[in-house]
Amino acid sequence: MSAVQSIEHLKPSEELEPKVNDFSITVGTVNGSGSQTSNLTILRALFKMGIPISGKNLFPSNIQGLPTWYTIRVSKDGFLARRDEHEIVVAMNPNTFSEDLAEVLPGGAFFYPDDIKLEIGREDVVAYPMPVKQLVNESEAPTSLRNYVSNMVYVGVVAQMLGIDLEKIFQALEFHFKGKQRPIQLNYDIIEKAASWAAENLEKRDPYLIEPMDKTHDYILTDGNTAAALGAIYGGVQFVSWYPITPASSLSESLDEYLPMLRKDPETGKNTFAVVQAEDELAAIGMAIGAGWAGLRAMTSTSGPGFSLMTEYAGLAYYSEVPIVVWNVQRVGPSTGLPTRTSQGDLTMTYFLGHGDTQQIILFPGSANECYEFGWRAFDLAEQLQAPVFVLSDLDLGMNQWMATPFEYPQSPLERGKVLWENDIEKMPDWGRYLDVDGDGIPYRTLPGNQNPSSAYFARGTGHDEYAQYTENPEDYERIMDRLSKKYETARSMVPKPIVKTQAGAEIGIIAFGSTEPAIEEARNHLAKEGLKSDYLRVRAIPFTTEVTEFIKEHDRLYVIELNRDGQLSQLLRMRYPDHSTKLTSMAHLDGLPLTASWVEESIKTKEVL
Amino acid sequence: MADQTTTARSRLNVNLIGLEKSDYRGQPSTLCQGCGHNSISSQIIAACYELSIAPEKIIKFSGIGCSSKSPTYFLNRSFGFNGLHGRMPSLATGAMFADRSMIGIAVSGDGDTASIGMGQFKHVMRRNLSLVYIVENNGVYGLTKGQFSATAEPGLTLKGHGRNPYMPIDIAWEAVVGNATFVARSFAGDPKQVKELIKAALSHRGIAVLDIISPCVTFNNRDDSMHSYAWGKDHEAPLHELSYVPPREDIMIDYESGEIIEVTLHDGSNIILKKLEQDYDPTDRSKVLCMLEEANAKNWLVTGLIYINTTHPTLLDLYELPDTPLNRLPKNLLRPSKESIKNVNDMMF
Repeated sequence: MSAVQSIEHLKPSEELEPKVNDFSITVGTVNGSGSQTSNLTILRALFKMGIPISGKNLFPSNIQGLPTWYTIRVSKDGFLARRDEHEIVVAMNPNTFSEDLAEVLPGGAFFYPDDIKLEIGREDVVAYPMPVKQLVNESEAPTSLRNYVSNMVYVGVVAQMLGIDLEKIFQALEFHFKGKQRPIQLNYDIIEKAASWAAENLEKRDPYLIEPMDKTHDYILTDGNTAAALGAIYGGVQFVSWYPITPASSLSESLDEYLPMLRKDPETGKNTFAVVQAEDELAAIGMAIGAGWAGLRAMTSTSGPGFSLMTEYAGLAYYSEVPIVVWNVQRVGPSTGLPTRTSQGDLTMTYFLGHGDTQQIILFPGSANECYEFGWRAFDLAEQLQAPVFVLSDLDLGMNQWMATPFEYPQSPLERGKVLWENDIEKMPDWGRYLDVDGDGIPYRTLPGNQNPSSAYFARGTGHDEYAQYTENPEDYERIMDRLSKKYETARSMVPKPIVKTQAGAEIGIIAFGSTEPAIEEARNHLAKEGLKSDYLRVRAIPFTTEVTEFIKEHDRLYVIELNRDGQLSQLLRMRYPDHSTKLTSMAHLDGLPLTASWVEESIKTKEVL
Repeated sequence: MADQTTTARSRLNVNLIGLEKSDYRGQPSTLCQGCGHNSISSQIIAACYELSIAPEKIIKFSGIGCSSKSPTYFLNRSFGFNGLHGRMPSLATGAMFADRSMIGIAVSGDGDTASIGMGQFKHVMRRNLSLVYIVENNGVYGLTKGQFSATAEPGLTLKGHGRNPYMPIDIAWEAVVGNATFVARSFAGDPKQVKELIKAALSHRGIAVLDIISPCVTFNNRDDSMHSYAWGKDHEAPLHELSYVPPREDIMIDYESGEIIEVTLHDGSNIILKKLEQDYDPTDRSKVLCMLEEANAKNWLVTGLIYINTTHPTLLDLYELPDTPLNRLPKNLLRPSKESIKNVNDMMF
């Protein structure tokens, strides 16, 4: 690597105040053109330069040809929510050129291939044409790969013009191509050539600069689906059944990738797990329930349409008390909706999932670290409670790149709940599969394979009594359903508690869940500077724990912020806390994009009349 | 004293593992008197008892419908799961991963398998899960009071539902085409053959589909109905005389060369197929399909072992699972080592 970058060159013209490490870069490309590699390379290089970043992929439901955008937030202060504003725009797609140009903030920089002969017509942006075709043609890239590597031109030019370290770019390529020299070198050559060309031919006229910091070396860069898969592996997952669906596929694919590395019996070399790609989501959850019933730590992952298909089996798991873990990486509904956009729209559906009276247990990860943690913790809860546990992630959390602290080895041992093997049964004075011996609503279960002649029972979705016998008796039915409610109350004390963050002198309370965390934290910071202090509770599970009750009691004005149209968390809170419902203001919004801090700020301001 | 007398008497009727037939029974049936399903339940009990299979080694599965109620009526000492309509195969698939030493017996009906469950039926065959999959086929929805099922013949007239206009689904045909590795058809009115086929199916490694015509005495038992007792008795055309010989037992039947086909199963047992009028080789798929076509054209209820393939790997063969059942693995094998977490973090960027 030759250091083509000259620091001198990067100084913007005298009258401009440099703006360092605090802006957004958006790249508009054509889907399927390999731009994801380019964008990740920029993102990873920035991360390795010690600067807090996040990357959001705004992609179409398409394999090749439709427009796609990638936004990188660079924030020296660590605010990593998506922004609507873009200081740096790279427009590689002729079809969205005008749109992308219009998006650049005044004073921002606009990079584009010089063969797009469209009028720039904006005096308030700095335009940087790039000789993409020329540089690619001069490179050694084989013809078949030229389209792909052409996106590396903007990596080089942008790196040169912003001051991104080429050495870090090389590291990013090494990671991406898993050390394979040929693609690394091929791509890096183009990047280096493009950077040299920019150094010689472009004059820095915008104020945006990257400078190395020291704010990321305690972090890793990952996505929520990978984190969830790893968490499940450390949680002892034994059986995975799944059906491909965006944006959940990469969760099960990560399980497929990492399980063989991590979960072979070291002595025998045999697998301690099995992964089955099912014929549909009906079968995916059916298989998981069969496995969960038979004593395996079983899971499936899906999204909206697949989740709808799982409804009937979710009711069976609830009523026959089978532990399973279901990840719903939410996308935008109703129906097929926006398959490649994010939402928190399946909350009330999950809570009531199944016909008849059902109350489901739900976990809400709010970061990649929590995807990992709930990845293992969900199994403990499911087996301890003998119930399905639903984990509601979303596309933003699941598929985008997030900074995370390194994954921690689980602190507590696997909790496998009340399971009776051959000898355990003998010690029970009376055993019935659905008998509440301990008064916590959680019975004792036996597993197929148990050779004790009195261990067997016939599990069913039909009415049953404490001994799992079929019954239509009114008292039996009601007694079992009441015990299930009691079990749900036990769950209330076992699920993860919310995260509460306070500001001294707070006037308002904010309640939210999941991936809206960065937008809310940034908005709270800004609002506090303007004089409006807030406390913030991030719900991490349903049933709501006592901390939620206390928080609601303690605040007079509460804003419930979420990414859906109808204010679903707000609905559930009002149902649970009818006496406090007038204190709750719903702030719900869904356009398919991750929430921005400015939306949160503006929404609260209009209510608070600052 | 009374206890000892009982014990002494019952010893006369115990099988090789010391169990009486009553150890294999279930709850009293709540199906109609004379229902074909009850006769099949009896043959499941008899087959398991005679083969000395511990009930604790069996898992029962069913979907929804009259057929799917029947696992309650046999093998009380076996675990079982009565799942969702048409989706028993997925439930069984997941459960059978837990302990590879277990034997699965699934009971479904023609509505459960050939309508709502056609997808899962096809896929469980494609995966070759080791499972005895019995379809109690009566051409009619019983629990919902007599609607046509997908196996009903065109022209069938049912009270209150008029005339069936649609072509039927042939479960045995679907099974052969769907790559099932053991396909048989029988008739609840032929309990001896039902029992021999169940025994053979229990020894088969892979999916064993038994399409058993099991008349519904309440809604579909008119003499001219293709799922009635009378029609079955008149039209049954056995492919062979079939007997099952357990492992380690000598084959005692005398036969002339060319008179029998002998199929050896994975556990060392044998199915002896004694030739009747025509030669029939249940291992030749293309001939099997021709035979089924001919039988359908001529309105024969062919029964017997239609197709068998003893060499195809089962689903669980593909997973390199440990000898210890997955559901008994110790906790330390379920969580990677503490040291591994560093490698995992190093794999992230």
